[in-house]
Amino acid sequence: MTGAMMTGWQVLFKKELLRFWKVAFQTIAAPVLTAVLYLMIFGHVLEDQVKVFGTVSYTAFLIPGLVMMSVLQNAFANSSSSLIQSKVTGNLVFVLVTPLSHWAWFAAYVGASMVRGLVVGLGVFVVTSAFAVPPLVEPWWVVVFAVLGAGMLGSLGLVAGLWADKFDQMAAFQNFLIMPMTFLAGVFYSVHSLPAFWQGVSHLNPFFYMIDGFRRGFFGVSDVSPWLSLGIVAASFAVVAAIALRLLASGYKLRH
Amino acid sequence: MQADAPPKAAPVPPDRPPAVSFRQVGKRYTTPRGEFQALGDVSFDIRQGEFFGLLGPNGAGKTTLISILAGLARASAGQVSVMGHDVVSDYAAARRALGIVPQELVFDPFFSVQEALRIQSGYFGVRDNDAWIAELLENLGLADKAKSNMRQLSGGMKRRVLVAQALVHRPPVIVLDEPTAGVDVELRQTLWKFIARLNREGHTVLLTTHYLEEAEALCHRIAMLKQGRVVALERTSELLAGTASTMLRFKTDQALPASLAGQSRVTGRIAQITAHDAEEVERILATLRGAQVKVEDLEIGRADLEDVFLEIMGGASGSARQ
Repeated sequence: MTGAMMTGWQVLFKKELLRFWKVAFQTIAAPVLTAVLYLMIFGHVLEDQVKVFGTVSYTAFLIPGLVMMSVLQNAFANSSSSLIQSKVTGNLVFVLVTPLSHWAWFAAYVGASMVRGLVVGLGVFVVTSAFAVPPLVEPWWVVVFAVLGAGMLGSLGLVAGLWADKFDQMAAFQNFLIMPMTFLAGVFYSVHSLPAFWQGVSHLNPFFYMIDGFRRGFFGVSDVSPWLSLGIVAASFAVVAAIALRLLASGYKLRH
Repeated sequence: MQADAPPKAAPVPPDRPPAVSFRQVGKRYTTPRGEFQALGDVSFDIRQGEFFGLLGPNGAGKTTLISILAGLARASAGQVSVMGHDVVSDYAAARRALGIVPQELVFDPFFSVQEALRIQSGYFGVRDNDAWIAELLENLGLADKAKSNMRQLSGGMKRRVLVAQALVHRPPVIVLDEPTAGVDVELRQTLWKFIARLNREGHTVLLTTHYLEEAEALCHRIAMLKQGRVVALERTSELLAGTASTMLRFKTDQALPASLAGQSRVTGRIAQITAHDAEEVERILATLRGAQVKVEDLEIGRADLEDVFLEIMGGASGSARQ
């Protein structure tokens, strides 16, 4: 039975991968292009006016921020859009009638979201490397924060997908929560350049620690200790994952 | 109207263990207007190998009961089991034993027919299932559509895929929730031929349908639901024998006497009146003569399940006939 269940979650995971891979132009190429446009516009305007961490060029500073922003937004988009589409069109019934446990659902949806987030992030990194190549001083932080950040946003997408009944509720979640939290997490600037009040506000945003820790891997410098970031990101992931698992186990908005 | 269904298999002995068991099942919904009781104290068993019909008008609770069976809804009270496995505490085993054909025409637009069936098979832990998938496609007339995307299929073809998806893990219990609603005669014949074969091979079948002639032709036993309660639960033959067994059909341009309203059904010029025996037939004819109703093309025949259904739905108040 355990073997059968393993097969079950793997199949759901593969199906979720295929779902975004079959429309890769929309789910991978488009977000890579968006990030490159951000780099070209902001890099062009600010390259000669802003220096960060002393000697780092603005374009090089911006690249890890854009990579991580892409990882987070796409990890969220994958699980949330898959669930809301399946709920609205009714085809979620094909998964609901199976013996898959809430753990299997979680592993498959979040796993596929992490893959999409990381693939888009890698795509952004590869393409933006044509403009500047940030050093990889402590690469393990890059891997740790990319994986944890993708996992947390994949889990958050799962929660949003379960909660939302309509596409505009999902759009509200994305535009009024995920987008501002990502943009205000230091993608485009170092929080040290902010007034003290806004620095304090930024420190309440868990996305800030994901981006700061991720950038640490490239430059060996960060606004806060990477260990503090690791603790906060891991704890945030654990909390969101626990909520997602609880909702799945209870059948929230799935089994009436 | 003739059923498109093949003759049903031999009745299942009453000592056969239950494939599906409903025990005092209740379901209450909270709505903005207050509490709504969708099901109340529903109890019956479906024996292994049985072809069982679940009938009732719209809103009677059929789909709610099936949703609880499939784990798509949670009962407010009572227990439901499939092949001895509780649908809540032992849901994985219960769902593995169950194949559900949903009422809504749903599909995943990202996949072809064959991909959809392989994926559904994999959810149940069944790998290397291509031989059975090919047999399903063949038997449901889908062999030439295996590589087609779901979006390219007609409504009837999509309905066939839904049936194939429900059967892909070879469940011992098959639930068909109005599978022939709005589909053509060819599909109905293909489907019933295949489902009847599976039933002969030992699969238990639970069917809800609006086509009562299908239920009459296929089902060993029938439960009728009304307002969330079982109002009849009998072998199909006994259900037909135990109620009005005679039907008077005729054409008329006049209104029927009020005394016959409770047992009559009028569609345009065609009137149908149920009667239990020859004496009652005589009384009805006398009433019509007395009211000077001009009758054309009078036929006296056997009542069918539709007549029984209407009689029970018109009169039952909640206590089951068993």
